Amino acid sequence: MAMATAKLSSPATSLLAGGRTRRSAPARRATVIRAAAGSYSDELVSTAKSVASPGRGILAIDESNATCGKRLSSIGLDNTEANRQAYRQLLLTTAGLGEYISGAILFEETLYQSTTDGKKFVDCLKDQNIMPGIKVDKGLVPLPGSNNESWCQGLDGLASRCAEYYKQGARFAKWRTVVSIPCGPSALAVKEAAWGLARYAAIAQDNGLVPIVEPEILLDGDHGIERTLEVAEKVWSEVFFYLAQNNVLFEGILLKPSMVTPGAEHKQKASPEAIAKHTLTMLRRRVPPAVPGIMFLSGGQSEVEATLNLNAMNQSPNPWHVSFSYARALQNSVLKTWQGRPENVEAAQKALLTRAKANSLAQLGRYTGEGESDEAKKGMFQKGYTY
Amino acid sequence: MVSATVLKSSFLPKKAEWGATRQAAKPVTVSMVVRASAYADELVQTAKTIASPGRGILAMDESNATCGKRLDSIGLENTEANRQAYRTLLVSAPGLGQYISGAILFEETLYQSTVDGKKIVDVLVEQGIVPGIKVDKGLVPLAGSNNESWCQGLDGLASREAAYYQAGARFAKWRTVVSIPNGPSELAVKEAAWGLARYAAISQDNGLVPIVEPEILLDGEHGIERTFEVAQKVWAETFYYMAENNVMFEGILLKPSMVTPGAECKDRATPEQVAEYTLKLLHRRIPPAVPGIMFLSGGQSEVEATQNLNAMNQSPNPWHVSFSYARALQNTCLKTWGGRPENVKAAQDALLLRAKANSLAQLGKYTSDGEAAEAKEGMFVKNYSY
Repeated sequence: MAMATAKLSSPATSLLAGGRTRRSAPARRATVIRAAAGSYSDELVSTAKSVASPGRGILAIDESNATCGKRLSSIGLDNTEANRQAYRQLLLTTAGLGEYISGAILFEETLYQSTTDGKKFVDCLKDQNIMPGIKVDKGLVPLPGSNNESWCQGLDGLASRCAEYYKQGARFAKWRTVVSIPCGPSALAVKEAAWGLARYAAIAQDNGLVPIVEPEILLDGDHGIERTLEVAEKVWSEVFFYLAQNNVLFEGILLKPSMVTPGAEHKQKASPEAIAKHTLTMLRRRVPPAVPGIMFLSGGQSEVEATLNLNAMNQSPNPWHVSFSYARALQNSVLKTWQGRPENVEAAQKALLTRAKANSLAQLGRYTGEGESDEAKKGMFQKGYTY
Repeated sequence: MVSATVLKSSFLPKKAEWGATRQAAKPVTVSMVVRASAYADELVQTAKTIASPGRGILAMDESNATCGKRLDSIGLENTEANRQAYRTLLVSAPGLGQYISGAILFEETLYQSTVDGKKIVDVLVEQGIVPGIKVDKGLVPLAGSNNESWCQGLDGLASREAAYYQAGARFAKWRTVVSIPNGPSELAVKEAAWGLARYAAISQDNGLVPIVEPEILLDGEHGIERTFEVAQKVWAETFYYMAENNVMFEGILLKPSMVTPGAECKDRATPEQVAEYTLKLLHRRIPPAVPGIMFLSGGQSEVEATQNLNAMNQSPNPWHVSFSYARALQNTCLKTWGGRPENVKAAQDALLLRAKANSLAQLGKYTSDGEAAEAKEGMFVKNYSY
């Protein structure tokens, strides 16, 4: 059979039992790939563990200036730097936030901003044991050759961007690409999404940032939950294969999947239990236990839905930390309570803590849903939503 | 943009206007619902049964030629009667089912009866042991590779397996190999993984739980890190292709080699080191949906194989981590029997002893007090062909 030893001095071919011929062995080239266990390995692992700590999850506040403008506009405020700073300050200086929040994803502007008293936002977070994270992708653009689908830009100059962000205090990164079920998805779109994520993840780790891996399967569509499961399994299979090919350290990443639900325009809604069952099936089939944390996106669910669904997923122990990385599902009531008025800041911060605590309980599987307001139950799905 | 109508017109939206023009013709959606195998529930049940706490697999699927080598080592001729006598001895060991959940058979044995005329399959079932069947057609040279092999067996596999299911088999086994001294080449790894994935899909389609076995051969002087690197590559590829083939992960079992140094590496590894590397591999590559991981022994001594398994079970794992041993269960038993009827009981006791030791190892409770010297003898044979 295979061994290239001894017997090479005998005739070039000899018939062995079963009619196999042993050819003289070609020169063997051994390529040893040194696994990119970069200088940051240990720190990546401990950062990921810290973010994936029990009873905690991520507050996503990385809205681009344009998107943040939409939020401000919804409460009648202009999209100015001062207003964005005021809003982020409200969120990041909430006392006790660190009990429920382990990481906060920032937009670049916010990473370099300070409070009105001159304290760096990054330091506010660190004081609360909240890891600062940073959005590093450069947004979605049309994917040529696809079925009207998108791809996520951002690899150019990513290494130096990540290195700079690390210096500024960021310890994890986030990159969001999307997959559209109504548009196929095409094999091309899935491959591009997965490959881009894998390359970004390797570069992020190389520069000290734990990559959050986010292929969002959009809610848009009238497909049923089985179809979502099928697509999710395909997407995650490809993502993990390419992550492995890129020698990404699985103990130093976090995932940010969409939950497995029916499409927004599907006639039947699914219960939290059905969502939990399908989502956990998907995770069990695709996510190796080396991955420390799975932080779900809310993607248009109402605040309460997002909490109920997370809670349903934590009714028995999982091999990974199953938690949240919510933007709208944590901020919606906060924003509406604040209305841009200084006198409302305390109440708005309280609203944030209420939602953060609810999701903290959901992460522990102990959420009961008593006392939730109507506002918190309002769905936030927008067809064709661009982020 | 893609749609034909847009390309034919002279108007093409600029990239900046993409958002605005997005409401153009709704793309045709193609949805393909993949139907799970008709045997889905049974496959899950079978896999769970095999992967039950404190139990593992007795691999006794040696081809006639290989079984001949075993018999020859105790001075017996390679006749059907002798093979029957030996296999009867194994499957009739009283209480074997307490430690053994599955037995892999060679085709001849699946259709054989014991010397008392009882179907071997029935003996197994009565013992609470699920019968399994080797379904591959062996290794042959891989053209275009670096002197490596590939595993044949896909032709006619579906009908073969349907017949085996009729005969009482409920799981299948397919063993391919990867050789580190020979690279391994990308080609060899890809062929190994793809073959396994195709076999797995066909097996499930015919009611058999596939045991997925890409054996990374012990041969070589490489260190444990290199084995680890290759194993990560092999398993990443295997799972990717299984997913592509829509294999149901809740209905498969794995049969990996442990992560150890090569047989000719000057540095040896302790059971704790083997466990550390092997568990790390599993954690990085095996989704928790897979119910059981049944390690091959591949030339380790009986005691080594047990100690290594024990070290891997010192804390809870997300999958059942157990054994599927051939030589590491049979060696002492065979020698004790020596082909003599008067030694049958003693030989069966020897088998039960090893089976129990590995059962304890599966539970993480094995201690090596009282192990015989014979059991500690390594069984690595350089360039061993199975």
